[in-house]
Amino acid sequence: MTELNPWIDGLVALLLLIGAFFLLVGALGMLRFRDFFQRLHAPTKASTLGVGGVLLASMLYSAATGRLAIHELLITLFIFITAPVSANLLAKAALHLKLPSKAGHPKRD
Amino acid sequence: MSDQRAPAARRWLAHPVMSALLAAGWLMLQQSVDAGNLIAAALLALVIPRMVAGFIGDGFRLRAAGPALRLTAIVLWDIVQSNITVAKLVLSPTRTPQPAWVPVPLDITHPNGIALFASIITMTPGTVSCVIDEARREILVHALDCSDPEAAARDMKARYEAPLREIFG
Repeated sequence: MTELNPWIDGLVALLLLIGAFFLLVGALGMLRFRDFFQRLHAPTKASTLGVGGVLLASMLYSAATGRLAIHELLITLFIFITAPVSANLLAKAALHLKLPSKAGHPKRD
Repeated sequence: MSDQRAPAARRWLAHPVMSALLAAGWLMLQQSVDAGNLIAAALLALVIPRMVAGFIGDGFRLRAAGPALRLTAIVLWDIVQSNITVAKLVLSPTRTPQPAWVPVPLDITHPNGIALFASIITMTPGTVSCVIDEARREILVHALDCSDPEAAARDMKARYEAPLREIFG
Protein backbone atom coordinates (compact mmCIF):
# COMPACT_ATOMS: atom_id res chain seq x y z
CA MET A 1 0.00 0.00 0.00
CA THR A 2 1.35 3.39 -0.99
CA GLU A 3 1.70 6.23 1.48
CA LEU A 4 -1.00 8.82 0.92
CA ASN A 5 -1.24 12.47 1.71
CA PRO A 6 -3.13 12.51 5.07
CA TRP A 7 -5.78 14.86 3.65
CA ILE A 8 -6.57 12.53 0.78
CA ASP A 9 -6.44 9.60 3.17
CA GLY A 10 -8.99 11.30 5.39
CA LEU A 11 -11.24 12.19 2.49
CA VAL A 12 -11.21 8.59 1.22
CA ALA A 13 -12.09 7.37 4.72
CA LEU A 14 -14.88 9.94 5.01
CA LEU A 15 -16.39 8.91 1.66
CA LEU A 16 -16.24 5.24 2.69
CA LEU A 17 -18.00 6.08 5.97
CA ILE A 18 -20.73 8.06 4.18
CA GLY A 19 -21.26 5.17 1.76
CA ALA A 20 -21.35 2.61 4.59
CA PHE A 21 -23.81 4.77 6.56
CA PHE A 22 -26.32 4.93 3.71
CA LEU A 23 -25.94 1.20 2.99
CA LEU A 24 -26.72 0.54 6.66
CA VAL A 25 -29.74 2.86 6.55
CA GLY A 26 -30.97 0.97 3.47
CA ALA A 27 -30.70 -2.31 5.39
CA LEU A 28 -32.49 -0.83 8.43
CA GLY A 29 -35.24 0.40 6.11
CA MET A 30 -35.80 -3.19 4.99
CA LEU A 31 -36.39 -4.15 8.64
CA ARG A 32 -38.46 -1.15 9.61
CA PHE A 33 -40.84 -0.65 6.72
CA ARG A 34 -44.09 -2.51 6.98
CA ASP A 35 -45.23 -3.45 3.50
CA PHE A 36 -43.69 -4.61 0.24
CA PHE A 37 -44.01 -1.27 -1.54
CA GLN A 38 -42.27 0.62 1.25
CA ARG A 39 -39.45 -1.93 1.34
CA LEU A 40 -39.00 -1.44 -2.38
CA HIS A 41 -37.59 2.02 -1.55
CA ALA A 42 -34.67 0.67 0.50
CA PRO A 43 -32.50 -0.62 -2.38
CA THR A 44 -32.86 2.61 -4.38
CA LYS A 45 -31.32 4.48 -1.48
CA ALA A 46 -28.55 1.93 -0.90
CA SER A 47 -27.67 1.83 -4.59
CA THR A 48 -27.37 5.61 -4.99
CA LEU A 49 -25.52 7.35 -2.15
CA GLY A 50 -24.32 4.11 -0.54
CA VAL A 51 -22.66 2.68 -3.60
CA GLY A 52 -21.86 6.22 -4.83
CA GLY A 53 -19.80 7.02 -1.73
CA VAL A 54 -17.81 3.79 -2.02
CA LEU A 55 -17.22 4.36 -5.76
CA LEU A 56 -16.06 7.95 -5.22
CA ALA A 57 -13.66 6.74 -2.50
CA SER A 58 -12.33 4.10 -4.87
CA MET A 59 -11.82 6.61 -7.70
CA LEU A 60 -10.09 9.08 -5.41
CA TYR A 61 -7.82 6.39 -3.96
CA SER A 62 -6.83 5.11 -7.41
CA ALA A 63 -6.22 8.63 -8.69
CA ALA A 64 -4.05 9.46 -5.67
CA THR A 65 -1.96 6.31 -6.13
CA GLY A 66 -1.38 7.15 -9.77
CA ARG A 67 -3.82 4.86 -11.58
CA LEU A 68 -6.62 6.47 -13.50
CA ALA A 69 -9.72 4.46 -12.62
CA ILE A 70 -12.85 4.93 -14.68
CA HIS A 71 -14.40 1.50 -14.13
CA GLU A 72 -16.40 3.13 -11.38
CA LEU A 73 -18.26 5.38 -13.83
CA LEU A 74 -19.33 2.27 -15.73
CA ILE A 75 -20.63 0.68 -12.52
CA THR A 76 -22.71 3.82 -11.92
CA LEU A 77 -24.08 3.63 -15.46
CA PHE A 78 -24.98 -0.06 -15.13
CA ILE A 79 -26.75 0.53 -11.81
CA PHE A 80 -28.68 3.43 -13.30
CA ILE A 81 -29.78 1.25 -16.22
CA THR A 82 -30.66 -1.93 -14.32
CA ALA A 83 -32.00 -0.86 -10.89
CA PRO A 84 -35.12 1.00 -12.13
CA VAL A 85 -36.07 -1.85 -14.46
CA SER A 86 -35.94 -4.49 -11.73
CA ALA A 87 -37.79 -2.21 -9.27
CA ASN A 88 -40.48 -1.59 -11.90
CA LEU A 89 -40.93 -5.33 -12.59
CA LEU A 90 -41.10 -6.15 -8.85
CA ALA A 91 -43.71 -3.42 -8.35
CA LYS A 92 -45.79 -4.64 -11.29
CA ALA A 93 -45.74 -8.21 -9.96
CA ALA A 94 -46.71 -6.97 -6.49
CA LEU A 95 -49.62 -4.92 -7.88
CA HIS A 96 -50.78 -7.88 -9.93
CA LEU A 97 -50.75 -10.11 -6.81
CA LYS A 98 -52.51 -7.33 -4.83
CA LEU A 99 -49.98 -7.48 -1.98
CA PRO A 100 -51.06 -5.56 1.15
CA SER A 101 -50.16 -1.88 0.92
CA LYS A 102 -50.46 0.80 3.57
CA ALA A 103 -51.15 3.34 0.85
CA GLY A 104 -54.16 1.28 -0.24
CA HIS A 105 -54.50 0.10 -3.80
CA PRO A 106 -54.34 2.51 -6.71
CA LYS A 107 -57.77 3.10 -8.17
CA ARG A 108 -57.88 1.65 -11.67
CA ASP A 109 -60.92 0.98 -13.84
CA MET B 1 -39.07 -9.07 -36.66
CA SER B 2 -37.19 -6.40 -38.54
CA ASP B 3 -39.50 -6.33 -41.58
CA GLN B 4 -41.68 -3.39 -40.48
CA ARG B 5 -38.84 -1.41 -38.97
CA ALA B 6 -36.39 -2.08 -41.72
CA PRO B 7 -35.27 1.55 -42.22
CA ALA B 8 -33.41 1.81 -38.91
CA ALA B 9 -32.15 -1.78 -39.10
CA ARG B 10 -30.66 -1.41 -42.58
CA ARG B 11 -28.61 1.72 -41.94
CA TRP B 12 -25.22 1.64 -40.30
CA LEU B 13 -24.82 4.05 -37.39
CA ALA B 14 -28.56 4.68 -37.10
CA HIS B 15 -28.08 5.05 -33.32
CA PRO B 16 -25.08 7.35 -32.87
CA VAL B 17 -25.54 7.85 -29.11
CA MET B 18 -25.75 4.11 -28.50
CA SER B 19 -22.70 3.49 -30.71
CA ALA B 20 -20.67 6.11 -28.86
CA LEU B 21 -21.71 4.65 -25.47
CA LEU B 22 -20.80 1.11 -26.55
CA ALA B 23 -17.38 2.14 -27.84
CA ALA B 24 -16.64 4.26 -24.75
CA GLY B 25 -17.91 1.48 -22.47
CA TRP B 26 -15.63 -1.09 -24.08
CA LEU B 27 -12.56 1.16 -23.83
CA MET B 28 -13.38 1.96 -20.18
CA LEU B 29 -13.74 -1.73 -19.34
CA GLN B 30 -10.38 -2.49 -20.97
CA GLN B 31 -8.76 0.68 -19.55
CA SER B 32 -6.69 1.00 -22.71
CA VAL B 33 -6.78 2.63 -26.13
CA ASP B 34 -4.35 0.40 -28.03
CA ALA B 35 -5.04 -0.57 -31.65
CA GLY B 36 -6.69 -3.92 -30.87
CA ASN B 37 -9.13 -2.41 -28.41
CA LEU B 38 -9.94 0.49 -30.74
CA ILE B 39 -10.81 -1.98 -33.50
CA ALA B 40 -12.92 -4.05 -31.10
CA ALA B 41 -14.71 -0.91 -29.88
CA ALA B 42 -15.45 0.20 -33.44
CA LEU B 43 -16.81 -3.24 -34.33
CA LEU B 44 -19.09 -3.31 -31.28
CA ALA B 45 -20.31 0.23 -32.01
CA LEU B 46 -21.18 -0.77 -35.58
CA VAL B 47 -22.61 -4.25 -35.11
CA ILE B 48 -24.61 -4.20 -31.84
CA PRO B 49 -26.95 -1.27 -32.68
CA ARG B 50 -27.70 -2.91 -36.02
CA MET B 51 -28.45 -6.26 -34.37
CA VAL B 52 -30.89 -4.78 -31.83
CA ALA B 53 -32.40 -2.10 -34.10
CA GLY B 54 -35.61 -4.11 -34.52
CA PHE B 55 -36.26 -3.98 -30.79
CA ILE B 56 -35.49 -0.36 -30.00
CA GLY B 57 -37.10 1.53 -32.88
CA ASP B 58 -35.59 4.69 -34.27
CA GLY B 59 -32.70 6.34 -32.52
CA PHE B 60 -32.49 9.91 -31.38
CA ARG B 61 -29.99 12.67 -31.69
CA LEU B 62 -28.77 14.41 -28.57
CA ARG B 63 -30.02 17.83 -29.55
CA ALA B 64 -29.48 19.86 -26.41
CA ALA B 65 -26.32 19.45 -24.37
CA GLY B 66 -27.10 22.37 -22.02
CA PRO B 67 -30.39 21.01 -20.62
CA ALA B 68 -28.81 17.52 -20.40
CA LEU B 69 -26.01 18.82 -18.16
CA ARG B 70 -28.48 20.87 -16.11
CA LEU B 71 -30.72 17.82 -15.65
CA THR B 72 -27.73 15.71 -14.55
CA ALA B 73 -26.86 18.29 -11.89
CA ILE B 74 -30.49 18.52 -10.68
CA VAL B 75 -30.77 14.72 -10.43
CA LEU B 76 -27.48 14.32 -8.54
CA TRP B 77 -28.47 17.06 -6.10
CA ASP B 78 -31.94 15.55 -5.57
CA ILE B 79 -30.43 12.09 -4.98
CA VAL B 80 -28.24 13.48 -2.18
CA GLN B 81 -31.08 15.51 -0.66
CA SER B 82 -33.70 12.81 -0.72
CA ASN B 83 -31.20 10.25 0.61
CA ILE B 84 -30.86 12.42 3.69
CA THR B 85 -34.64 12.90 4.00
CA VAL B 86 -35.29 9.17 3.77
CA ALA B 87 -32.42 8.35 6.16
CA LYS B 88 -34.01 10.64 8.77
CA LEU B 89 -37.32 8.87 8.24
CA VAL B 90 -35.73 5.42 8.71
CA LEU B 91 -33.73 6.40 11.79
CA SER B 92 -36.42 8.38 13.59
CA PRO B 93 -38.03 6.00 16.11
CA THR B 94 -41.28 7.94 16.36
CA ARG B 95 -42.19 8.82 12.77
CA THR B 96 -44.09 6.36 10.65
CA PRO B 97 -44.00 7.06 6.91
CA GLN B 98 -47.26 7.95 5.16
CA PRO B 99 -46.98 6.20 1.80
CA ALA B 100 -49.18 7.30 -1.10
CA TRP B 101 -49.82 6.52 -4.74
CA VAL B 102 -48.96 9.44 -7.00
CA PRO B 103 -50.23 9.39 -10.58
CA VAL B 104 -47.92 11.54 -12.72
CA PRO B 105 -49.53 12.57 -16.04
CA LEU B 106 -47.12 12.54 -18.98
CA ASP B 107 -46.59 15.37 -21.46
CA ILE B 108 -43.41 13.93 -22.94
CA THR B 109 -44.01 11.59 -25.88
CA HIS B 110 -40.61 10.19 -26.91
CA PRO B 111 -40.39 6.60 -25.58
CA ASN B 112 -36.74 7.03 -24.53
CA GLY B 113 -37.70 10.21 -22.69
CA ILE B 114 -40.51 8.42 -20.82
CA ALA B 115 -38.13 5.59 -19.88
CA LEU B 116 -35.54 8.07 -18.62
CA PHE B 117 -38.18 10.01 -16.66
CA ALA B 118 -39.37 6.80 -14.97
CA SER B 119 -35.77 5.74 -14.21
CA ILE B 120 -34.94 9.11 -12.66
CA ILE B 121 -38.04 8.90 -10.44
CA THR B 122 -36.97 5.45 -9.23
CA MET B 123 -33.34 6.44 -8.64
CA THR B 124 -34.24 9.38 -6.42
CA PRO B 125 -34.97 7.85 -3.01
CA GLY B 126 -38.51 8.05 -1.71
CA THR B 127 -40.22 7.48 -5.04
CA VAL B 128 -40.47 4.36 -7.23
CA SER B 129 -42.09 4.21 -10.67
CA CYS B 130 -44.42 1.23 -10.45
CA VAL B 131 -46.52 1.27 -13.63
CA ILE B 132 -45.83 3.07 -16.89
CA ASP B 133 -49.32 3.25 -18.33
CA GLU B 134 -49.09 4.10 -22.01
CA ALA B 135 -52.86 4.01 -22.57
CA ARG B 136 -53.57 6.54 -19.81
CA ARG B 137 -50.35 8.42 -20.54
CA GLU B 138 -49.22 8.46 -16.94
CA ILE B 139 -46.65 6.94 -14.60
CA LEU B 140 -47.99 5.52 -11.36
CA VAL B 141 -45.45 6.33 -8.64
CA HIS B 142 -45.32 4.93 -5.11
CA ALA B 143 -44.10 7.62 -2.73
CA LEU B 144 -42.68 6.52 0.62
CA ASP B 145 -43.78 9.55 2.59
CA CYS B 146 -46.09 11.97 0.90
CA SER B 147 -48.96 14.07 2.22
CA ASP B 148 -49.78 15.91 -1.00
CA PRO B 149 -49.68 13.68 -4.11
CA GLU B 150 -50.65 16.49 -6.51
CA ALA B 151 -47.80 18.73 -5.36
CA ALA B 152 -45.36 15.80 -5.57
CA ALA B 153 -46.45 15.07 -9.16
CA ARG B 154 -46.12 18.76 -10.14
CA ASP B 155 -42.66 18.87 -8.57
CA MET B 156 -41.43 15.80 -10.47
CA LYS B 157 -42.81 17.15 -13.75
CA ALA B 158 -41.17 20.54 -13.28
CA ARG B 159 -37.79 19.22 -12.17
CA TYR B 160 -37.28 16.28 -14.52
CA GLU B 161 -39.88 16.20 -17.27
CA ALA B 162 -39.48 19.80 -18.43
CA PRO B 163 -35.71 19.44 -19.15
CA LEU B 164 -36.35 16.01 -20.70
CA ARG B 165 -38.84 17.57 -23.12
CA GLU B 166 -36.19 20.07 -24.18
CA ILE B 167 -33.71 17.23 -24.73
CA PHE B 168 -35.98 14.83 -26.62
CA GLY B 169 -38.25 17.40 -28.26
